[in-house]
Amino acid sequence: MKNEFQVIAELIEKDKKVLDVGCGDGILMEFLKNNKNTNIRGLEISKSKVQECIAKGLTVIEGNAEKDLKQFPDKSFEYVVLSQTLQAFLNPELVINELLRVGKKAIVTIPNFGYWRVRLHLLIKGTMPITKTLPDEWYNTPNIHMCSIKDFFYFAKSRNIKIFKSLAINNQNVSTINDSNLTIKNFFADLGIFLIEK
Amino acid sequence: MNTENNVKTLIVKKPLKLDCGKTINEFPIAYETYGSLNEKKDNAILVFHALTGDQFVTGQNPITKKDGWWSYAVGPDKAIDTKKYFVICANVMGGCMGSFGPSHEDPNTGTAFGTNFPVITINDMVNAQYNLLDHFGIDKLFSIAGGSMGGMQVLQFISNFPDKAKTVIPIACTSSHSAQNIAFNELGRQAIAADSNWKDGDYSSKNTIPNKGLAVARMAAHITYLSKKGLQEKFGRKLQEREDLKFGFDADFQIESYLRYQGSVFVDRFDANSYLYITRAMDYFDLAKQFKGNLSDAFRDTKAKFFIISFTSDWLYPTQENKDIVIALNSIGANVGFVEIESDKGHDSFLLDVPDFLSALKNFLDKSYTEN
Repeated sequence: MKNEFQVIAELIEKDKKVLDVGCGDGILMEFLKNNKNTNIRGLEISKSKVQECIAKGLTVIEGNAEKDLKQFPDKSFEYVVLSQTLQAFLNPELVINELLRVGKKAIVTIPNFGYWRVRLHLLIKGTMPITKTLPDEWYNTPNIHMCSIKDFFYFAKSRNIKIFKSLAINNQNVSTINDSNLTIKNFFADLGIFLIEK
Repeated sequence: MNTENNVKTLIVKKPLKLDCGKTINEFPIAYETYGSLNEKKDNAILVFHALTGDQFVTGQNPITKKDGWWSYAVGPDKAIDTKKYFVICANVMGGCMGSFGPSHEDPNTGTAFGTNFPVITINDMVNAQYNLLDHFGIDKLFSIAGGSMGGMQVLQFISNFPDKAKTVIPIACTSSHSAQNIAFNELGRQAIAADSNWKDGDYSSKNTIPNKGLAVARMAAHITYLSKKGLQEKFGRKLQEREDLKFGFDADFQIESYLRYQGSVFVDRFDANSYLYITRAMDYFDLAKQFKGNLSDAFRDTKAKFFIISFTSDWLYPTQENKDIVIALNSIGANVGFVEIESDKGHDSFLLDVPDFLSALKNFLDKSYTEN
């Protein structure tokens, strides 16, 4: 399981009710179910991924986060997880609001567009950055609303969203982000993980 | 039609009060089983059939000599694996394969009930079938499953008996029959009534059979079970055993010949009055209405795990109507999974060889069973 999922799993206590939005093939769901006794549900847009989840015995609903989160009642999950998908939505702000409505807390991870390799790629090559976490070309990328760790920080502040914990991942290294090291983490981390609440 | 042989029948002694207000006593429920019930009696699956189905789910139907209606899904090593599970299916009330229906003799007149048979509902059907649990000594079913009207029975069953099934699989169905659904059913009923052999439903004592009306009803309904794309790919404008158009009203096109055939084989195995009664039961089905308009309340008392399946090309019970059930369940935090299967075979997809559907069904059941 990738490092990002380890970090997310560590943020979730045992025996909680969790919704994984964009759960993919259900690797994180399966881990939480087996190791944290999580009452876990998934929402996934891809039919083939939904099938993979069913084959793993996971409860998944085929659907689209922008349309289908509204069916869940307020605060019906203790955590809602959104892993590296925020940037792919037409309206990320609406999705964040929905995550925070449905979940008591939300865990959101973003590929950091402030990462130095991304900046360097654009600076030197003058073309849209391609990295390990952002492997697609500009014309076929699902990512239409890229942001940096700093952008997300400022966004949360402006919307009065509480950030309980923010973590920076750079390869295998995980470190805490705070106001004083924000600029540095925004430069060296390729992924940001935020535990938020409203 | 001989339904005496090869038909297992449970005579229900307990009186059943029907939605129409009448109470029936000592009525037969014809059923069939596949596989064997284990010692713990925790491997039973109650399957509900659709409008024109019967209790003969798989293998050769002993009455029609054709394959059972769900042979693709049910059998040894199939999605509903009869090596593992004990499958029970009953002919619905109002049907014509041995369960209490309009072709049964009315003790007051000595002739078939015909249209004197009480109008029954999906609720009446599942209440009648519930007696099979007592008959087999099953406290809790491992699963209940069915497509189309079978799916409606699944929803009604878990609503009536919330702790009697561990898993619940409504397929290609709806919680409330739409105006379009009712319209198509009415077309079928009017075709039957327009047949002069129908005799206001009293055809058995007059020794006639409204074959033409029933065949037209089946032809019209059959179109609604297929998709435009599926029809176009299978038939297009292909001609039936002729080089060119004949400038007449014979079946020039293959699709015409196919529909005529579907109509003609249907009348050999189905009763016209049963068709009227069962379509009426479908039309009356509105689960939310039973709960003052709140569908979620139908499921509030159950801890069962739901798995809802729809098909992309099903325009009779479209994905959105299946999703409405998912939404009602999610709004009360129920355990529900949902998948829409890609298929161009229309509503009939659930009866056919659609690998993505069959594997999803199998995986859901087998994984849920090992969690026991």
